[in-house]
Amino acid sequence: MVLNNIEKLIEKYHNAETSLHEEAQLKSYFNGDNVAPHLEHYKPMFQYFSLSQKEQYTKDVPLNTKKTKLYQWISVAAVAVLMIGFFIPNWNNEPKTLADYSPEEQKLYLETKQVLSLISANLNEGMLGLSALDLAGDNLNVGLEKANYITVFGNTTNKLLKN
Amino acid sequence: MKQADFVSLVMPFKDKVFRLAKRLLVSREEAEDATQEILLKLWKNNKKIGDYKNVEAFSMTMTKNFCLDRLKSKQASNLKIVHSNYTDNNSSLQHQVEAKDSVDWVSKIMEDLPEQQKIIVQLRDIEEYDYEEIAKMLDMNETAIRVNLSRARKTIREKLTNTHQHGIK
Repeated sequence: MVLNNIEKLIEKYHNAETSLHEEAQLKSYFNGDNVAPHLEHYKPMFQYFSLSQKEQYTKDVPLNTKKTKLYQWISVAAVAVLMIGFFIPNWNNEPKTLADYSPEEQKLYLETKQVLSLISANLNEGMLGLSALDLAGDNLNVGLEKANYITVFGNTTNKLLKN
Repeated sequence: MKQADFVSLVMPFKDKVFRLAKRLLVSREEAEDATQEILLKLWKNNKKIGDYKNVEAFSMTMTKNFCLDRLKSKQASNLKIVHSNYTDNNSSLQHQVEAKDSVDWVSKIMEDLPEQQKIIVQLRDIEEYDYEEIAKMLDMNETAIRVNLSRARKTIREKLTNTHQHGIK
């Protein structure tokens, strides 16, 4: 009777008409010991299904994503600091005009300017005095060139003396 | 969603994801990688997870698509076809060895099935989902699933009968 039932179930099973409950029945029948000889060849199939049902995933999954985010933010912060480092000195170096200073500072600036121009004027006078020396140097060079003629003259006299 | 919540949500079906991946990718290592990838993807979207009606069905669909992509991609060319992941049931009777051998045969037969049928057999016979759920996961109608399942089961039966009677006839 049971056998008859199982045979029917198998036929239904292969037409994919069995319910989950009936399939469970088939599985328990074929996983048991009392399988009829002519149905023996279905046994491995149902055994395989039950066996592979037990297989498990044992590997761990690393779910910590927070650390990597922290590192990303550190790099962003570093870039920001660098940018600030480049721009801050430029703020202080903006060009200023005379009008930006206080009257006393302006006065000081003008006085210093005057003193410096005086010094440079004197320096220029001194330079003019030096130009006289320059002239003397020029004359000396002319004299030396003339002296060269004397040595040439000396050479020819030596030649004459040898002959 | 905290990590603990996520783990307790994923726990019940992560083995199913792994087994489906292994059914399609054959090698255990590949399947482990795929499972990890899918769980990480879920974890990344953990804010949206509340919106999914059925996280398990969604993950199974994801697994199916991911594995089929892997099979198509070039990386799959170094898939290992050989695998030896069967648990040993200490008793070493010859009968057991024979039984194990035929059980091995079933897995080989299943490897030869077309992917669609493999997935359906896996979901129905091993994971025991009902047709409605499978239809949702695979985005097919139930009749098509029944037809495919019936074909796959008949193919398995035919090949199994052939190997079984090989010694006799």
